[in-house]
Amino acid sequence: MRYSGFKVIKEALTGHRGWGPAWRDAAPQSSYDYVIIGGGGHGLATAYYLAKEFKQARIAVLEKGWIGGGNVGRNTTIIRSNYLLDGNEPFYEFSLKLWEGLEQDLNYNAMVSQRGILNLIHTDAQRDAFIRRGNAMMLNGADADLLTTAQIVARYPFLNVNDARFPIKGGLAQHRGGTVRHDAVAWGYARAADQRGVDIIQNCEVTGFRIENGTCIGVETSRGFIGAKKVGACVAGSSSRLMSHAGMRLPIESHVLQAFVSEGLKPVLPGVITFGAGHFYCSQSDKGGLVFGGDIDGYNSYAQRGNLPVVEDVCEGGMAIFPMIGRARLLRMWGGIMDMSMDGSPIIDRTHIGGLYFNGGWCYGGFKATPASGFAYAHLLATDKPHPTATAYRFDRFAKGLMIDEKGMGNQPNLH
Amino acid sequence: MLINHPLLGPRDASEFVYKGDAALINRPDPDAPDALEQFIDYGYLRDNPAGAHRELWFHEQGDRSWLVVTRNTLTHEITSVELARDVARREGRSK
Repeated sequence: MRYSGFKVIKEALTGHRGWGPAWRDAAPQSSYDYVIIGGGGHGLATAYYLAKEFKQARIAVLEKGWIGGGNVGRNTTIIRSNYLLDGNEPFYEFSLKLWEGLEQDLNYNAMVSQRGILNLIHTDAQRDAFIRRGNAMMLNGADADLLTTAQIVARYPFLNVNDARFPIKGGLAQHRGGTVRHDAVAWGYARAADQRGVDIIQNCEVTGFRIENGTCIGVETSRGFIGAKKVGACVAGSSSRLMSHAGMRLPIESHVLQAFVSEGLKPVLPGVITFGAGHFYCSQSDKGGLVFGGDIDGYNSYAQRGNLPVVEDVCEGGMAIFPMIGRARLLRMWGGIMDMSMDGSPIIDRTHIGGLYFNGGWCYGGFKATPASGFAYAHLLATDKPHPTATAYRFDRFAKGLMIDEKGMGNQPNLH
Repeated sequence: MLINHPLLGPRDASEFVYKGDAALINRPDPDAPDALEQFIDYGYLRDNPAGAHRELWFHEQGDRSWLVVTRNTLTHEITSVELARDVARREGRSK
């Protein structure tokens, strides 16, 4: 079934009886060419691009719960490509370009809204750093715009530009950045993949890998053994748990990141604003809630819930820069588990086991990367070569000293 | 989260700085024939378990001691707290 304005009107006039399920509830077959572990945004995107761009068939996505119940449903929905380093920026710009065409490609309304993102500047040194970043972005075909304080005040009159500790001295804007309806990304990819014959198998937990003579020939699951020519792990947040079944230790720690939404308000906040110095970033959802977040809690966690000191810290950051939010009540807060890698950048690579591939280590930047991650992972799975924009995301970069460390923090995952 | 400091009693976790897996106490021998591989493991690979995890916390806003805390990463329940100094000596470091 194709969605269209005509279809919406027709269904409205006929009592909405013609809508079918958006994807099949598939039962596992005994074997596939490709088994993707993890029915999140990245896993579903991988299956979709494998089928569509690389013309592969016999693909399954295995999900231990329900699709889209992990980090693709727990983030702050921001998309952007404002990175500095060569290993990252082309990849994220590729992702932003895929976002721009996503809804037409999937025939699904993912509410991609290029409302712009602004990073605030507070010191001369920070301005120099952001000018450099903006130049790096433009060299890679992205857009970047250095704004003065006057330009910022004209657009965001509610900002506290005279904060004693962090006065606003300007900002780096990326007008093509913005937000996307996060759940719709998972649903849109699931529906489009399903239409191309991908089996989406929910409530199917992978409990082990069957490895013979150094080659992975399938996975043990809660619904029996499933054979596969190629197995792609795609479970950021739980990567260490999954890959331990294959005897692998990863350059990753799992950490919890909290996010928050206020009660619904009138439109007050155009675009996304990041106040990096105060560990706070915020946008307003189409329902009116202010969606915001800050730093990770900072210790290993698989709990999907955080602790109160970070709640206080994030809200203090918000009050410092947007005093107007002080009377808005917090509606909900939640936590998601991040694969925090040793250099703050992801991994999309083969493993030392034949037929077993890995995608993870997304830190808290996985959502914006969803389309490019799926595309690049599909490229790797189908051709055994990394996608041109993802050649740096290798396992061996740590041993070789080729880290992609945007923040220059070293091998301390909770600082990235 | 409260950490029951062996010397100071229960202290709020926000007084501490988190370092990571307590296996970092066991720095490899730089003279070993496979020292390079061991240091790559030591620097970059982690067990990252879901469940009991022994980890290093530094009491930065307190007595500046290093602690080895055993904490469940699924529930945040803390089952043991020791001075890292005692653990390191017991494991044969700093003789």
